[in-house]
Amino acid sequence: MAIEVRIPTILRTYTDGAKAVEGSGGTLSALIDDLEGNHPGIKERLVEDKSGSVDLRRFVNVYINDEDVRFIGGLDAELSDGDQVVVLPAVAGGALPA
Amino acid sequence: MLTIAQETYDAIVAHAKRDHPDEACGVVAGPEGSDRADRFIPMVNAAGSPTFYEFDSAELLALYKDMDARDEEPVVVYHSHTATEAYPSRTDIGLASEPNAHYVLVSTREHGNSEGPVEFRSYRIIDGVVTEEEVTITPTGTPDQRESTP
Repeated sequence: MAIEVRIPTILRTYTDGAKAVEGSGGTLSALIDDLEGNHPGIKERLVEDKSGSVDLRRFVNVYINDEDVRFIGGLDAELSDGDQVVVLPAVAGGALPA
Repeated sequence: MLTIAQETYDAIVAHAKRDHPDEACGVVAGPEGSDRADRFIPMVNAAGSPTFYEFDSAELLALYKDMDARDEEPVVVYHSHTATEAYPSRTDIGLASEPNAHYVLVSTREHGNSEGPVEFRSYRIIDGVVTEEEVTITPTGTPDQRESTP
């Protein structure tokens, strides 16, 4: 099952510079595990441990067919063959100290 | 070094003044690999905050799809600080995710929404390392060789 995943500039170090890679999985979580197999290190840049459970990083946006996954189940969002996934880091910042 | 047209510089400053005391944000896109800050794109600060900015998630996707379709990249990512200097904060450094971009910071702390000079500074932010760079402003209306017809 092939799903196209668009990779942002900052994560292309994990994909040998490729702007898009293929992956597979029935959920976003499974897709990320599949990507990690071929592009070790990428998972850590997408998800983080939040008090015992794994969740998407706050400042990483992931879209399935143009829908922000936060509105369609997050890591449990379902995927099917031919879906397009886009990963974009948030463009954010500001004077407030982190 | 950041090279930017007077017109674009003015548009960034005007946006920062207009949105003061909230932070203003946006990008200037240009052809991939060209380092040319060509297309001014003001964005809405979805955080609507004097101390934080964030592009709206749906608008972020639309912006990147549009740039992708035009073979563009964000050449400049700008935002304003409204009560502090035009220098990247820890938050700015931690969240900077465009290694090819010039990060422009404008400070409106002196004059707010009013006329008057602002601090306008540019940086590279790569792997948490901030390097300030020179800003060169080119006159608006300079004949553009690229668009001249043979």
